[in-house]
Formats: sequence, structure tokens, C-alpha cells
Amino acid sequence: MLTIDSLRVTYGGAVQAVRGISMEVPDGAVVAVLGSNGAGKSTLLRTISGTLRLHRGRVDEGAVRFDDADVTHRDAGQIVRQGIVQVPEGRRIFGRLTVEENLRAGGMGNRDRAAKAAAHARVHDLFPVLRERASQRAGLLSGGEQQMLAIGRALMASPRLLLLDEPSLGLAPRVIGQIGEVIAEINRQGTSVLLVEQNATMALGVADRAYVLDVGRVSLSGAAAELARTDEVQRLYLGHGSAESGQRPDRGPRRTLSRWTA
Amino acid sequence: MTQFLSLLLNGISLGAIYALIALGFVIIFKASEVVSFTQGSLLLLGAYTIARLSGPYGFLVAALAGILVTALAALLIERLVINRLRGAPVISLAIVTIGVDIILLTELIRRIGPDILNVPHPWGGDSVRIGGVGISQNRLIAMLVAGVLIVVFFLAFKYSSWGVAMRASAEDGEAAALMGIRQGRVSALAWVVAGVLAAVAALFLVGAPTPGVSAAVYTVALRAFPAAILGGLDSTGGALVGGLLIGIAEALAAGYQEQLSFLGRGFGEVVPYVVMIIVLLVRPSGLFGTKELTRV
Repeated sequence: MLTIDSLRVTYGGAVQAVRGISMEVPDGAVVAVLGSNGAGKSTLLRTISGTLRLHRGRVDEGAVRFDDADVTHRDAGQIVRQGIVQVPEGRRIFGRLTVEENLRAGGMGNRDRAAKAAAHARVHDLFPVLRERASQRAGLLSGGEQQMLAIGRALMASPRLLLLDEPSLGLAPRVIGQIGEVIAEINRQGTSVLLVEQNATMALGVADRAYVLDVGRVSLSGAAAELARTDEVQRLYLGHGSAESGQRPDRGPRRTLSRWTA
Repeated sequence: MTQFLSLLLNGISLGAIYALIALGFVIIFKASEVVSFTQGSLLLLGAYTIARLSGPYGFLVAALAGILVTALAALLIERLVINRLRGAPVISLAIVTIGVDIILLTELIRRIGPDILNVPHPWGGDSVRIGGVGISQNRLIAMLVAGVLIVVFFLAFKYSSWGVAMRASAEDGEAAALMGIRQGRVSALAWVVAGVLAAVAALFLVGAPTPGVSAAVYTVALRAFPAAILGGLDSTGGALVGGLLIGIAEALAAGYQEQLSFLGRGFGEVVPYVVMIIVLLVRPSGLFGTKELTRV
């Protein structure tokens, strides 16, 4: 369905963020992309969703293909109409709009009225809380509810491929579990998912395949269940390594720091 | 008391016209993050077109043509200049609009010359009295039309797809782009709306008690800037309140000139700016503005 072919991306003509990534999202699959900050995960998603230009990034080499069509240089609006919709990192809901208006905004790229109505019903089925709070300002929702709204808003465009950028960011463990279930359910209903995560437990739990990125390259890839058993993933992402368990507390501060610089 | 009511009514009618211009200003800012100084010359363009065409084609055709031409000019400015500079620093964009404004203004002033072009409003320069309070018919109609336009605008802003798209992309442009909302289109439409509002304002500004179209009409738009800014640059409701506030303050200051003579003659002219400064000293982001306007 989605094929990424030896992609290279630079920012401002200088900083190489993605250095030759190839990967594939098969039809109907959930594919996870793991990696620490600066691994190129967000850049990868920006390239697919056509928002790279907003960040002064450029594709130097390679291509993104969706159903055999080259979509590398399409703008964000065209990508949405092709059937790829991204849920941005940090949710980015429209806080001053009501919950219902957020969903309406999500459906703007969806010209088909019937499809929009179906998407709306599906979103309310998946997230009943969005129906209850329809007329409330979105900024007043809790973090978990905001993430659900962000996902629901994206589903309003009836995507065939949903891109999720760190949906677990800043959420309580219980809520992260719910998000995982929601992703599995969305996939069951026929939407393919490309899930970028730092929370490997959740990501590998719902994904069929996974890729691990390291400084702009794919360092590991394979079936999610197999990957979860490898030493490297155990040690770096699942946090139960034997010899180097001392590294574990490291991750907290590193993430905090990166939030400051982001 | 009658004098006060009369001034108040005239102030509100003037304020309604200011509010139209200020709304255009705010809508452009919200849609494209550009502080646009082109409103003045767009206003004058509308007034000039109406005045020139109403001779040969009659008032109604001229009015419609004036609105159309102004909207088109606004659209062209957006497409040819603003859209191509997307991503440029906000300050540069503001300066660019000043440049565009001066070019358009200079050409219009050259065409108008020292004359005062007359616009033959069908309602002429007559006055009406409402319960002992006098107001020119032109201003009364202006108030009604502006009122209707403002209501339509707010309903559209709240309920139409355009309004939702507009507010969404004003709040988070990238997230809106990810939803497939085309910012270029949202921004272009905002400029068109601002052009229409400026032309409608022009239509009434050049009628009684103003003598007609002269270069001085331009300064009226300058008084709508404080209206937009004191209301809060990114608040449509603020533009409305700001416009009315400025209009009323100006009318009162002009009407009570005798009592205010210690401030010097023509105090009414500077009142909009004085009001703006006082409001901003108390509330730096305007009456209804968002505190944090910068986005990262």
C-alpha cells in the first residue's frame, strides 16, 4: 500500500534527518516505527503527509509511493484526498473550537457526504465521550480525551492509511493501553496504520511489523513479535535488559531534555 | 441630552463603518497572520470606482462594480504577493503590505487629483429625525447595512465550513493542513471578504455628511486600525466593539469640541488613537485579544 524507497531528507539544505530509509506498509497492516529522538521518525511522517515544506525540509532522494502512485511531492491537501491522514505529535487539536467543530474540520478534506456521515458515526462509536462533549471547547478535554479527539478528527477524512505520531506522548499508562486498543480496533475496521512511537510496549503490542530507526537509518526491522524478543529492543525500548539495566533511568531525563529543545 | 443622544447615534453609525473595516483587518490577520495595511487604499479604490462609474452606469451598478473591483484587488494582492511570501517573517509581510498600500494609494490620488468626486446616493443628503435626534439618511442606512453584514459575517464565521476552516487554520496552521484544509484558499477568501467589507464601508463613507470621494477618505481607514487593535488583533468580536468605541468617542469629542477646547481644536481627529493607547496601556493585548499571539 505505502512504499518508501531509499528516502533522504534534509532540513534547510544542511541537516540530514533521514538518510536512506526504505520501508513498507502492507494493506491492512499496523506497522510500528520505533526510535529515540532525532532518529527521523517525525521527518518520515512529515514527508509522507506533505508537510515537510512547512518545516523547510526537502526530499533529496528517494520516493514515497501510495498504491503505486508517486506521492513524494504532493501537498498536504492532496495527500489527505489520496486517503492518508496524519495525527500530529502532541495532538494539536483546535483548543478554541468545540469538539464537534474539530471533527468538522477533520472532515474538510472529505468531499463525499455519505462517507463523511459514516466516518462521523464511526468516530462517535469509537469514542462515545466525543458525542457527550460535542459542544464543549476541545481545550477543556483531558489529555487522553484530546488524543481520542485527535484520532477521531483524522478519521473524519475516511483515511485508508492512518499515520500516528507518538499518540502515547504525555499520557497515563492506563490511557496508553486504551489508545493501543483503539488503534487495534481502527485497524480491524479496515484502516492501515503507521504508528510512530517511543512507547515500544504499546507499539509492538498492536503492530504486525516494526522498524527501528537510528539516526536517520533503519537499524532493525521484522515482525513485531520477533523484534520484541531481540536483545537490542529489549534493552533500549522495553527497558528490561540484563547487563545494562543501569541505562534505564537514563531515558527519563533524555526525553525531558528533548522536549525543551524541540 | 438630545445633543448627547444625537452624537451617540451618529457615533454608532460611524462606528459601524469602522467596524466593517476593522473586521476585514482582523480576518486577514487570522487567516494569514499578516497585519495588513492595505485596507486604506482598498477603501479608496472602492470609493473611487463607485464615484467614477455611478455617472455613466447609475448608482446601483457602480456600487456593485465597486465591491467587485475591490474584492478582486484584494484577491490579487493575496495571490500575487502575500501567498508567495508565505513563511516570511511577520514584520516583513506587514512592511510589504505598506508598500502595496502606498503604490495603490499614489495611483488613486493621482487619478482623483484635487477634486472631490461626487457619489449620487439615491437617498441623497437628507436627514431624518428619530425622536428628536437627527441623523443623515446615509448614516442610518449605513448602520443598518453594516449591522446586517456583521450579523451575516458572524453567523458564517461560527457555522459555515469556511468559518470552521478559518478558525482551525488560524489556531494551528499545520494541523489544519494535515486535515486537508487548504490554507491558500482560506487566506484568499479572507482577503476577498476584507475587500468586500472595505468597499461597503467606502460606499457609505463617501455619502453625507462627508462631501464625496477625496484622498482624505483614506485617513478613515487609518482610524479603523486602532479599532482593530484595541479590540484585540485576533478577535472578530473585538473589532466590532473597537469600531463602535472609536466611532462613539470620535463623535462625542467632535460634538463637545467647545467644552474640550482646552485640548485644542480638532481633538476628534486624534481621539481614536488616544482611546487606543489608553486601552492598550490597561490591556496590552486589546479588549478581547489572545494574550499570546506568537506561535512557534
